[in-house]
Amino acid sequence: MQKSLRLLPLAVVAGVLFVVGWAAGPGERTETPKTLPPRAETADVLASLASIQDERRAAAGLVDVPPVERADELTVLRRLSLSLHGTIPSLEEIREFEADDADDRLTRWADRLLDDPRFAEYFAARFSRSFVGADEGQFVVFRRDRFHQWLAEHLRENTPYDAIVREMVSADGLWTDTPATNFVTATVANDEIEYSKLAGRSVRAFLGQRIDCAQCHDHPFDDWRQAEFEGLAAFYGKTRISILGVEDGRDTFYEVEDRETLETRAVDPAVPFGAEWLPESGSPRERLAAWITHPDNERFERAAVNRVWGLMFGKPYSAGHVFTTAGRPVDDLPDPPTSGDGEPVDVLGVLGEDFREHDYDLRRLVHAIAATDSFRAASKHPTADTDGSAFEKLEGEWAVFPMSRLRPEQVIGSMLQAASVATIDQNSQLLVRTVRFFRERDFVQEYGDLGENELDEHSGTIPQALLRMNGQLTREIGEANAFTAAGRIVAFSGSPETAVENAYLACLTRRPTPEETAFFSEWIESAPPNRRGPVLEDVFWTLFNSPEFAWSH
Amino acid sequence: MPTNVTRRDLLRSISAMGLAFLVPGLSARAASVRGPKRPKSLITLWLGGGPSQLETWDPHPDGLIGGGTKAIDTAVPGPRVAESYPRVAERMDQLSVVRSLTSKEGDHARGTYYLKTGYRPDPTLKHPALGAVLAHELPDPEVEIPLHVSLAADNFSARGGFLGDRYDAFKVFNPGVNLPNVKARVGEDRQDRRLAGLDVVSRAFSRGRRSRVEGTLHQHTVEQALVMMQSEQLAAFELKDESEKTVERYGDTNFGRGCLVARRLVEQGVRAVEVTLKSFDSHANNRETHALHGETLDTALSALLDDLVERELLDSTVVLVLGEFGRTPEVNPLEGRDHWPHGFSCLLGGGGLASGLVIGETDPTGKKKDPSDPIEIRDLFATLLRTVGADHEKWYDTPIGRPMQATHEGSPIARLIAT
Repeated sequence: MQKSLRLLPLAVVAGVLFVVGWAAGPGERTETPKTLPPRAETADVLASLASIQDERRAAAGLVDVPPVERADELTVLRRLSLSLHGTIPSLEEIREFEADDADDRLTRWADRLLDDPRFAEYFAARFSRSFVGADEGQFVVFRRDRFHQWLAEHLRENTPYDAIVREMVSADGLWTDTPATNFVTATVANDEIEYSKLAGRSVRAFLGQRIDCAQCHDHPFDDWRQAEFEGLAAFYGKTRISILGVEDGRDTFYEVEDRETLETRAVDPAVPFGAEWLPESGSPRERLAAWITHPDNERFERAAVNRVWGLMFGKPYSAGHVFTTAGRPVDDLPDPPTSGDGEPVDVLGVLGEDFREHDYDLRRLVHAIAATDSFRAASKHPTADTDGSAFEKLEGEWAVFPMSRLRPEQVIGSMLQAASVATIDQNSQLLVRTVRFFRERDFVQEYGDLGENELDEHSGTIPQALLRMNGQLTREIGEANAFTAAGRIVAFSGSPETAVENAYLACLTRRPTPEETAFFSEWIESAPPNRRGPVLEDVFWTLFNSPEFAWSH
Repeated sequence: MPTNVTRRDLLRSISAMGLAFLVPGLSARAASVRGPKRPKSLITLWLGGGPSQLETWDPHPDGLIGGGTKAIDTAVPGPRVAESYPRVAERMDQLSVVRSLTSKEGDHARGTYYLKTGYRPDPTLKHPALGAVLAHELPDPEVEIPLHVSLAADNFSARGGFLGDRYDAFKVFNPGVNLPNVKARVGEDRQDRRLAGLDVVSRAFSRGRRSRVEGTLHQHTVEQALVMMQSEQLAAFELKDESEKTVERYGDTNFGRGCLVARRLVEQGVRAVEVTLKSFDSHANNRETHALHGETLDTALSALLDDLVERELLDSTVVLVLGEFGRTPEVNPLEGRDHWPHGFSCLLGGGGLASGLVIGETDPTGKKKDPSDPIEIRDLFATLLRTVGADHEKWYDTPIGRPMQATHEGSPIARLIAT
């Protein structure tokens, strides 16, 4: 009770502020579909992917390596929940999942998670980082909250991805009532739209290639020339900000200063390839939007697939192996491989084609990736305990599920969820949701915000370890009282063994091994029944601080 | 109850974990050496918001742009500073002033990035801050607390960039008052039990993943955190050993306490410390704003210089005072000055740098935008790297294999390198 009162002032402030958009969102709980919607018909895609992956593994010399097991279904549920909602499943959800004993429950649960409003909110926050960056921007002309709400609304409605992108690139209007225009105003620096930054971001976010360095010189790896960069930037060159918001000026044209001669010269809009996809009519930004999202522009679909894959696996498909330099960031894909007959030849191609042919349906794409062998594979292999080389190759070929460090928002989301038996979602009390909003924001700041390129590799830090071990949050939510999972588990679990099992399910989404059960049950048994609260606090502390909690696996 | 663990207890538990290498021997530490032979450190006093050059180290009291600020003489003939800095003025023989730093970044976040990393923001690559480079280049295994620290930190504190998050500055928001998260929240018995439990859970997870889990260094990071939690060097973050008089000498402000803690950290061998003094962003009431913060800075900086001299640490400690940009020569209708990256000032000294110099000049009428004898940020960085003992020409491999220098083709400013 005391705790709730202490949090009350926070809730009052929050109630007044507009930031509770997340909390005030739609509030019906999603049911697990009993039958599968059309997006489930992905058998052909999965078969093509399986055959491509088999060839790759053979080429990598992995034929004689013992097969990788399928991951336990609860582990896959944890992956789905972390990647689609940013939290681990609640004990409540785990119970419901286990009560569903049909064979295809994972497939149907993937759809349930996709239809939950938490998916739209969470993916909107992730996509926003690549579309408008993670910097504060100039508040007068940039409203991240409006952009986020707009994007989340489109994801809730499952708007085709190409339509979302076209709106961002071409919209005119005010950043407040036409939130898509924040894509343009996010680049405002020193009171001016940065055309080159817009060009660079458009190509990185939508086409998965880095041409930013071609702003000053030709791309060191791929075939991007400075002139091509300038031609793309010129599509934005007429864009202005006025009291009416973002719009295209009439009599202006795009000029750059030559770095050699320091003279200015006018540049006409031009695309570096696929000129036939560029429509004749429309404003410069409308034409550019049409070109970016043209069905023949393979880079568009491949970039989207690579990013969604990255959000689901913790690292993009292009990253390949973490220990080699062959891996490339989410937005630096090589040029698409070509085949004679136009059939896709690689994983990004197969998924990209399906994405395009199904109206750029993001949920179908997630659904398909969630059903791949890679997503369902275990993250372990017997060879890893003796010699890591085969394991490295298996991870590089996506034959095992890759381990990746949880991002800060996933760590805090998981801690808050583990500490509550019930699911924290749009149905939770406003107080609970609001506290979650602020705690997440503060924690991400303290843990170390990963910024715009959050899918890059990041190392763990000492302040993170200190925060997890000794932080106020860990103490508060790990405390055994009537409101927390630790308190409820100690009060309602019949036996020490059950208490340990419940704590493991709540924190790690798995059951303890016999050794673990014996070890932790002994802690509980050795304490008198009225002193068992602190013991459960110790169990929760231990589980929160384990590497298993802090990693996707 | 926080734990109170002795060094003996620590050695016992550490050796049980096979981590003896993490605890230094009791032989003389590098940090106990004084004078010029001591390994070097950097203290940056970060003036956030963009301090006005005209109200700090480059006053032009006689012209139209003077803004009513008077100039005072200093300990060296030549440079005069704004009237808010009488104590710094007396110690100008220990510092040099650069009045012609040039930048093109007039936005707080971008300017801060530029002046902290030496690079303008790049959407595809995060550069390390100067302090992170120094911590990376000049490690010290005897230091059990972070080598790179940000005191009175704000959200712009220095980060590790492509060198890795582990080189981010360790942030302390209220230095000398509160150091969060370094004390275990339970007694020794329960802490021991928790750590034993951690071992059991980690073992179960490692099965079938051993090589990969070891590669994550999760356990190593936790162990380093445990060593830090029990290190005697943590006392450097506290002020209870300091007399009230000393605390007063630095000024009993968050910034003053930060400067005192900075001195204590440097004594322990911490490589790079930044102390932030916010709120120089004087779009209105420029003169009052600068007078207010000027007193805080004048008090703390002069006390810091005195202590460094007295403790024979100034020869090994570079002191740098700067912000993200300067402010406009013109005073606006709100009696404020706006952002001005074209020509602004910094102070630097110690660490063997030449002192008493004035480099560059801005136009006293404010009509000419560009200063004479301009100094580029990359050359300032090359000077600092070289002075502290890092190779300013070294190339680093970024995670995607793009070669990058800590400062892009910068050259040390010869006049500042003492011979």
